[in-house]
Amino acid sequence: MSGEVQAAAVLGGFTESETQEDRGPRGFPRRRRIGLGDWLLPVYTVLAFVFLLIPIAYTFVFSFNDSLKSNISWRGFTLDKWLNVCNVEGGAVCQAFTNSIIIGLVATLIATVLGTMIAIALVRYRFRARSAISLLLFLPMATPEVVLGAGLAAQFLAVGVPKDMTTIILAHTMFCISFVVVTVKARVASLDPALEEAGRDLYGSPSQVFWRVTFPLLTPGILAAALLSFALSFDDFIITNFNSGSVSTFPKYIYISASRGIPAEANVIASAVFLFALVLVIGAQVSRAARAKRLAKLG
Amino acid sequence: MSVREFAERGADLELVGIQKRFPGFTAIEDLDLVIPAGSFFALLGPSGCGKTTTLRLVAGLEEPTRGRILIGGKDVTDTKSHERPVNTVFQSYALFPHMTIIENVAFGLKRRRIADPVGKAHEALRLVELDHLAQRKPQQLSGGQQQRVALARAIVNRPALLLLDEPLGALDLKLRRQMQLELKGIQEEVGLTFLHVTHDQEEAMTMADTVAVMNKGAIEQMGAPAELYDLPRTAFVANFLGQSNLFTGEVVGTTGAAVTIDAGGTRIVVPTARAQRHQGEVTVGVRPEKVALHAEAPTATADRNVLGPGRVIDASFSGVSTQYIVDVPGVGAVLVFAQNIGVGPVAGVGAEVWVSWEVEHGFGLEDDPGESGRFPADDSTTAIAVQRREALVSELEEH
Repeated sequence: MSGEVQAAAVLGGFTESETQEDRGPRGFPRRRRIGLGDWLLPVYTVLAFVFLLIPIAYTFVFSFNDSLKSNISWRGFTLDKWLNVCNVEGGAVCQAFTNSIIIGLVATLIATVLGTMIAIALVRYRFRARSAISLLLFLPMATPEVVLGAGLAAQFLAVGVPKDMTTIILAHTMFCISFVVVTVKARVASLDPALEEAGRDLYGSPSQVFWRVTFPLLTPGILAAALLSFALSFDDFIITNFNSGSVSTFPKYIYISASRGIPAEANVIASAVFLFALVLVIGAQVSRAARAKRLAKLG
Repeated sequence: MSVREFAERGADLELVGIQKRFPGFTAIEDLDLVIPAGSFFALLGPSGCGKTTTLRLVAGLEEPTRGRILIGGKDVTDTKSHERPVNTVFQSYALFPHMTIIENVAFGLKRRRIADPVGKAHEALRLVELDHLAQRKPQQLSGGQQQRVALARAIVNRPALLLLDEPLGALDLKLRRQMQLELKGIQEEVGLTFLHVTHDQEEAMTMADTVAVMNKGAIEQMGAPAELYDLPRTAFVANFLGQSNLFTGEVVGTTGAAVTIDAGGTRIVVPTARAQRHQGEVTVGVRPEKVALHAEAPTATADRNVLGPGRVIDASFSGVSTQYIVDVPGVGAVLVFAQNIGVGPVAGVGAEVWVSWEVEHGFGLEDDPGESGRFPADDSTTAIAVQRREALVSELEEH
């Protein structure tokens, strides 16, 4: 035992035997014997994460593969696929990707505007069949996508609308509205009606109260709903496949090329989308932490 | 009066035959009320009595089923909330959480396009001594500070009429006292008409020039606080504004000066001028602090009511006074607040005592205590239950 510990023990009024009992031979707390529970959880956790992340890791790694037609076996590292992503097959990958972005943005915009209006109406006003409408809005979420897609395709055919970007946007808007309503509704319900009343009391006209009080307070919910809509639209394959005609979207391109070997360029775009989403999430976390720190300093 | 300019001074508020029905219950039956310009008026009542509904009608946040609302002689019944020269301090403060304090206070001025909104907002914040927090967000302020911001946000607009919806309810006792003084000071300084809604009788009495006691959608009695306390007209007022000993009995004699009733074999006399009814079954009362406690039977005189002997069944000491409950056979429990001016207690539990009070301190009511019980808050729970059920039924009918 070192001199300091001995001195501390004397000062603290402990006898040598007392400290010996509580501590290990070198004055440190004794470690318990390692049991089953100590390693099972970490191992299980690591396995679960590996399982979850394998497809993403595979996609990312194989975007650097110096592949030929199909991208299945590792042939060596290259940056060519990242640098010349739009130069294969006449830029088909990039064309499909651009289509998906346009469809996602337009469908999100329409669904978010309409869905927000519906959500506010459902929470704030009492009208005939309000509960029934609330229930009907759930249906597109509960219905299998195959049914929705096929049903919509039959309607377009019956009316004689040619399938192109417009029909895809219509289809995506349809299922996105439900998700927007559900997300924004929760936000509207948590909004204290007294705030809007205060706005009216302080000489705000109905439109001023909406744009200066209601809308800013709903913004986080509306943004979340828009992100969700975009993700759903960008990701959608089944409904799109029924209603797209000859227009190619990114999920559809991957599906079709899967039968003859997915080119590494698809991996490049998938990895880029993943990295972009990752940056968004990290950015949001960092800015939130910074804001919390600032608030704590002020308060 | 346009909302584009500041009110020169407070305005009269006049409510004529107001009725407000909600699905399933009537919040206000038939209300007539005149509040003179520049006064501090308190609407006092238990929850569910219709006082907050009255305030919301004046603010324009609800529409009356029937009746007219006049501010400064001008009919505003059909105008929208943002077109009325009225501002409200909300119970929950309702500060905009996404704006800084200064933006909150300047909100009304900006909507009315009044020159130099930010400068005037700073001035209002200085009045409530919070100008140093102008750049903070509401959630960074304490409850008391938020309350003062809500007040500044309302008075900066110089409304002809300021409505206060239990704004001090969420504050602790010390802060509430301090805010009561500040509010009163500001009212005198700026000369606005204040309409203050509260269930706290002490707050209403200390702050207001005129108190209206409201019960079940109607005003029971209205007057200066001391007047109301001294001469309550109904059993509800007698027990909501302070406490009262009430005795019910048949009138057995009426002279020009006094009415005598027989309460369980004991004669109780009240001055005729202080009694609302002079025949039949009448309820009379006296405030507990006006009642004296005697260890020996006092000599009966014409200007003193004496009850007893009775037994002390409870005595609780509270420093300046001791509260006794005396059970007098035939009459029931009598509450006595005795100032602790002597040495030692007057009587212990179980002691035989007499109680007495001067005839001129008694009052006669126009109703019986049975008609409105001691705990009128129960009415509101019934009303809420009815309202809830009606809402459910109408929702079911929708589909």
